[in-house]
Amino acid sequence: MLKTNGTEAEPQIPEPKAKTILSAAEMGARQREISVSEFFTKNRHLLGFDNPRKALLTCVKEAVDNALDACEEAGILPEVVVKLEVSANGGAVPAPSQANRFRVTVIDYGPGIVRQQIPRIFAKLLYGSKFHRLRMSRGQQGIGISAAGMYAQLTTGKPVQIISRTGARAPAHYFEVQIDTKKNEPRILEKKEIEWENHRGTQVTLEIEGRYQKGRASVDEYLEQTAIANPHVKLVYHTPEGETKEYPRTIDELPPQPREIKPHPYGIEFGILLRMLHDTRSHSLLGFLSSDFSRVSSHVAQEICKTAKLSAEARPRNIHGAAAEALYNAIQATKIMAPPSNCISPIGEKAILHGLYKQIKGDFYTAVTRPPAVYRGNPFVIEAGLAFGKGPGETAEKAELAAVPLAEGEQQDDDKELARVIRYANRVPLLYQQSACATFKSVLDTSWRNYGVSQSRGALPAGPMVIFVHMASVWVPFTSESKEAIADYDEIRKEIKLALQECGRRLGVFLRRRERAKSEFRRRNIFELYIEEVVEACNRLKGGKLPKEKLKEQLQKIAMKRTGGEKVDEILGYDGGGPEGLPYSIIVTAEGTEGDAPVLDVRDEIPKQQESLIQEVETTGAARSKSKAKSKKQPGAAKAEKASRPKSQSENQMSLGFEPAGANKKHGQKTGKKHGAKKAKK
Amino acid sequence: MARKKQKSNGAVEKKLVGVADLVITAAQRSQDPALAIPVRSLANVNFNEKRGIIEMGRRKQARTFFNVGMAKKFMQTVLVADALAELQRANLTTSLREIYYRTKHTIKNSHENTFDGQNESDPLIEDLEVTLEALREELHVRAENSGTVVGPLTLVDDGDRVDCTRLGKGGYSVPSIVEPEYIQISKCTADFVLLVEKGTQWNRLSEDKFWRRYNCILLTGNGQPPRGVRRLARRLHEEYHLPVYVLVDNDPWGYYIYSVVKQGSINLAFESQRMAIPKAKFIGFSSADPDRYGLPRNVGIKLNDKDINRAKELMKYKWFQKKEWQNEIKGMLTSGLKYELDALANKDFQYLTKTYLPRKLKDKDWLD
Repeated sequence: MLKTNGTEAEPQIPEPKAKTILSAAEMGARQREISVSEFFTKNRHLLGFDNPRKALLTCVKEAVDNALDACEEAGILPEVVVKLEVSANGGAVPAPSQANRFRVTVIDYGPGIVRQQIPRIFAKLLYGSKFHRLRMSRGQQGIGISAAGMYAQLTTGKPVQIISRTGARAPAHYFEVQIDTKKNEPRILEKKEIEWENHRGTQVTLEIEGRYQKGRASVDEYLEQTAIANPHVKLVYHTPEGETKEYPRTIDELPPQPREIKPHPYGIEFGILLRMLHDTRSHSLLGFLSSDFSRVSSHVAQEICKTAKLSAEARPRNIHGAAAEALYNAIQATKIMAPPSNCISPIGEKAILHGLYKQIKGDFYTAVTRPPAVYRGNPFVIEAGLAFGKGPGETAEKAELAAVPLAEGEQQDDDKELARVIRYANRVPLLYQQSACATFKSVLDTSWRNYGVSQSRGALPAGPMVIFVHMASVWVPFTSESKEAIADYDEIRKEIKLALQECGRRLGVFLRRRERAKSEFRRRNIFELYIEEVVEACNRLKGGKLPKEKLKEQLQKIAMKRTGGEKVDEILGYDGGGPEGLPYSIIVTAEGTEGDAPVLDVRDEIPKQQESLIQEVETTGAARSKSKAKSKKQPGAAKAEKASRPKSQSENQMSLGFEPAGANKKHGQKTGKKHGAKKAKK
Repeated sequence: MARKKQKSNGAVEKKLVGVADLVITAAQRSQDPALAIPVRSLANVNFNEKRGIIEMGRRKQARTFFNVGMAKKFMQTVLVADALAELQRANLTTSLREIYYRTKHTIKNSHENTFDGQNESDPLIEDLEVTLEALREELHVRAENSGTVVGPLTLVDDGDRVDCTRLGKGGYSVPSIVEPEYIQISKCTADFVLLVEKGTQWNRLSEDKFWRRYNCILLTGNGQPPRGVRRLARRLHEEYHLPVYVLVDNDPWGYYIYSVVKQGSINLAFESQRMAIPKAKFIGFSSADPDRYGLPRNVGIKLNDKDINRAKELMKYKWFQKKEWQNEIKGMLTSGLKYELDALANKDFQYLTKTYLPRKLKDKDWLD
């Protein structure tokens, strides 16, 4: 694609100085092939290496994404260690915020890589397993990690260091590779067998020019958001400051394995159809249609042939020009079933809920997974989640502050805070180009005011709120190679909006419920205040001879009765009942949590049974479908994970009093049942 | 401002204490204390055609304590009742504003005030008037003096003789309470009463000594006439059988002022039988007058939407159903203009006194 029509590289003709007009031959002499690596060296911003800060993030991101993809494909619960170190480069070690050179190390305990493939995976652009198939994965093109290596080479000249081991009995291999940018081929600088403390897995080390800053679109944020969308992942992060942050695993179950699918006829472009016609192994058009596409039965294939006025027995290779065009149009005109959706593995409502609950302090959480939909022949699933509030700790603090009389205009500072949108594509957080993203636009489009949240025209909703949007698809349409924003397809926008609206509805229910309880409480307060006044006035009217205390008591009794009394406490959520009509939601109050709150537990070791799985995956692809069958998606699946081991609170958890595990289990079942019943009705 | 009153009335005090008793009994029975307040709105007034006055209907509205919407109002009502009872015991009269200040304080253990403005306490006093069937004077509350009178009339106010012929241009300021126990009419030789809407026109008439030439009593209420002025006109009408003529602007508000004098107001319908003068006549300014008196069109003012809506409302009132009145209002609406009395100055500064009124009186050109 990057080739010009020139000949192979020839020795350059020295340029005559006086002459400004060139002959075609001279121009032809300058025309030569451009390698992908050269192209991306010059255009590194296309891959997310535009500035040192973003480059650091992109390197971490590519390495982590690869590690997670590998683990999941191999059926291993991922555990990833990310280490950022300031590289001294000879002189004194600068402070992390001042440093401009970093060593990035990412270790996983995944399947490892076979020795022969290591150099090409890490030092050849556009090499990988993910581009040619339609299967949901984080990586798509096979550019990421090798581009990071290229960037390292470009900025520090250091090679990529890799250690990989495929099993306890296999040796660990150490590689140092660089990329030959002219040829787009790996150059091996060092390879040897070494001793490695890990039984299995891969370690990548890059030394790059970068800048470490916290805050928006930082490595810290990326890892935090990754933890939200991937609660089955254990992440350990060694910051350049020497801190260690741990994001524990909340779900001990791998997401179901996505399946690879064939392209759907609707999503095919004309050029691709021509290529497929040329490359197919089928000998007849009928066979080609029914075996190379999904959802095309021989019946449908025959219909297409008839519409295109082509023989079903025609050789696919011989169809070009007008005939191919007729075929293409016939395909578009024929009614074909939507592509299968089992090729997508959404995160799931439970898992999103757990992820949000684990990472974000709030009063209310909810999650929605939409049924699969299709854009341009590609199936996709939209998921949305929402965390609202500041957590009971801060709410109580604010209540204390409010006790001091406020002057005019002193209140409502917090209302100006806008919601935060966290975006994901195939479980990968998207941190840049928010406003260009379909998800962000959909959040703006949703009228949050209907759900009791204030929103100015054309702005994000206001309030302490985190909005989570995830798109899972076999092919996520990004606006650029650096995968920063999801393109704006109508079908996608519509699905996102529907998901957000459902979240909003649940939030509205929660807010109204809380408001009602509050106003009920306020009512009683009002009466208590006014009773005092009324009693005093009555006493004066009666000439000061009134048994005041008695009257007050009587009135207070009536007030209690009239305002619901103990019922109010119930509405305030003190009785701990499950959230009514709010499936897949968690409500956190000062007294505890209700809903599907997870019980966190420790898992340090990988279970033995999975060890055997790995061997199979390496040899056959059949294991994939097997494990898929094993971990069928169920709404109440996460129940099993509620083991008996309660965990002491880690530093990343919220500071909440958790209910005993038994109580939680009850709620889980309650809502689970309710949800099930609802489904049955439908 | 408070001052002594001659007679004290234990009955009113008893009625006020009744509010406290209501609360106490309800509390003993574990019931929500409720005051039944007659509704003061158009929906609850009837026009008694026989008597020619507006009467209050029987509809009542419960003001209960244990209702979020009404709790504060209930509490405020009790506070006002307490303040009014205090007046009774001390035998003092006071103004609406003083009642407001008297009852305003911060509620214990809060930052909330009992009253935030006088507009909250004023209607409560009216509520108590209707509920307890006590007149404002009986409650010892008076309004601002905002009416003036001149003419052949001698009053006794607090023992002082007031001869309204010897008060210059300024006249006598009509107090808000003109009940016989406060003010006695000792002499009245006038032939009729002229009630003028605006102070400016009253001044014109007073300066020109119109009352002397036509032997009448000139009254004004500076806009909507207050109770004192209405009550005084009614007493002159009743005790001395003087006809009452009303001179107002030619606009919907002028029409309404006339109707208030004649039939009583919606808000104070319970006072009509004491205040209304069913035989009062509308002398001007009528929509036919600009034509009749050759007033140029350019001294009119275009009716705005508010005027038009109000005029249409008036046309629906039962006491405006007479054919002449429907025509009168329609006349204004079709012309699309309203006229102020002051517009007569376009002809001559003294046109009102020298031409307009004399001709009106001579021709008996008025509406009933």
